[in-house]
Amino acid sequence: MSFVEINKISKNYGSHKAVLETSFTIEKGELFGVIGPDGAGKTTLFRILTTLLLADSGFATIAGFDILKDYKKIRQIAGYMPGKFSLYQDLTVEENLAFFATIFGTTIKENYELIKDIYIHIEPFKNRQAGKLSGGMKQKLALSCALIHKPEILILDEPTTGIDAVSRKEFWDLLRNFKNMGITIIVSTPYMDEASMCDRVALMQEGKIMQINSPQNIIKEYKPFLISIKSNNMHKLCEDIRQFRKNCTTFLFGQTIHLSSEEIFNKKELMNFIELKGHSGIKIEDCIPTIEDCFFSLRFQKK
Amino acid sequence: MNQEKAISVKNLCKKFGNFVANHNLTFDVYKGEIFGFLGANGAGKTTTLKILCGLSKPTSGQINVAGFDVYTETNKIKLNIGYMSQKFSLYEDLTVYENIRFFGGIYGLKLKEIKKRADELIQKLNLTNIRNNLISSLPLGWKQKLAFSVAIFHNPKIVFLDEPTSGVDPVTRREFWDMIYNAADKGITVIVTTHYIDEAEYCNRVCIMVNGRIEEIDTPSQLIKNHNAYNMNDVFLQLARKGKIK
Repeated sequence: MSFVEINKISKNYGSHKAVLETSFTIEKGELFGVIGPDGAGKTTLFRILTTLLLADSGFATIAGFDILKDYKKIRQIAGYMPGKFSLYQDLTVEENLAFFATIFGTTIKENYELIKDIYIHIEPFKNRQAGKLSGGMKQKLALSCALIHKPEILILDEPTTGIDAVSRKEFWDLLRNFKNMGITIIVSTPYMDEASMCDRVALMQEGKIMQINSPQNIIKEYKPFLISIKSNNMHKLCEDIRQFRKNCTTFLFGQTIHLSSEEIFNKKELMNFIELKGHSGIKIEDCIPTIEDCFFSLRFQKK
Repeated sequence: MNQEKAISVKNLCKKFGNFVANHNLTFDVYKGEIFGFLGANGAGKTTTLKILCGLSKPTSGQINVAGFDVYTETNKIKLNIGYMSQKFSLYEDLTVYENIRFFGGIYGLKLKEIKKRADELIQKLNLTNIRNNLISSLPLGWKQKLAFSVAIFHNPKIVFLDEPTSGVDPVTRREFWDMIYNAADKGITVIVTTHYIDEAEYCNRVCIMVNGRIEEIDTPSQLIKNHNAYNMNDVFLQLARKGKIK
């Protein structure tokens, strides 16, 4: 039996299907990512797993406990960090942490070792009200509160949204540490680049899981022909390339444009096409797909 | 690039008590430019943006926005700019159309004009079927595209975008940047902050802030060259890490 088993979970809000017959399993100690845009159903799924919301149908277990019958058990072993900052804004940093420790019948002192690496950054502000912290500090406090009862599983809903690139990297280093301590982690994110930090990821869209695999395998299974293109006028290039061929998709990727096509074509043909549009400094190269390319490909395959 | 200045900042300082949020910032932004502000949380970006919008007074410095002084002409500045933030941009309990009408009215457009342009906008954004739905029922990406359109509805000279794409899905993020490019092509100057470093590459110039100071200000390609980096992410990590060691 896997540590987390999700079996055909569905949830509708009126006529809107938020989660559609979703099934997957997560092993103990796994760092599992749920990647998908806003509205994909990530939060609904997480709220069902944390026993905060009832599914319309389907069932799930965590550590063998049923999310319906054993909800009290699950609340004891799970640490949850919601996407929206949900601590008490008018309590101080320390009061919030003490509050959550007390609720779970423990103390800050007892589990200090576990949160030390994170809490150390906000400890200088321990007498500040939580509502007056910066985004990065709020996130560290929320994670500390989710960890203070030494959970077996951490469920983190978009913990890095709105967080700068350096803090995001540090955050993922921390998650690695918790994984190494044996804590199972489910984390959702809209940042595709964070997928590579997970053991396995589920790509989710419109309530459905499109693919579950290790990031390496997701990239290996990418099928379209993919090239990257550059010129001295990127904005015009983006518009021009859209007229190149049917069944192609083009997206800006930082300094380059990625062009993916269901069928292979001659790069010279593309070069001529772009030159005729009056571009200079053209560079066309084969390109290794990123998770973001895979996500686009799955999304457009479906449509 | 047009060399007419949209924004001119000389020695801008802003203090909150003993805390210096902005240290002696000096920079210009040109008309029609897409100008990116990058920095870690707490680097001072929002403080600068608020001052430029006329929402907060600088402690010292000479600052001119759209031809107006930030100390004495904030009302004129407000008429000539648009502002959109990640946190607040539209009223959740008003419908799509009501929001457009409200913001159009605030900026003094005539109702007839608002109606006509609202119809065009709603059609362009494919919101026709849900024009009378509450904003709270829209997915984030749609909201943000509408919020941007509303922020430039009155044809401002400058539009300020504070983390407009945070949490938005990758496809919508790119559609959003198409809209930014189109606004810039029409001559609107765009000031944008972001945590997606790939988006920094889409700006004409970027200003990287560390601990309230301007650490770098240049085109993305020049910054990458100067730092011997592979992309803007490398540049950002190099600079922002420096800021962490205090």
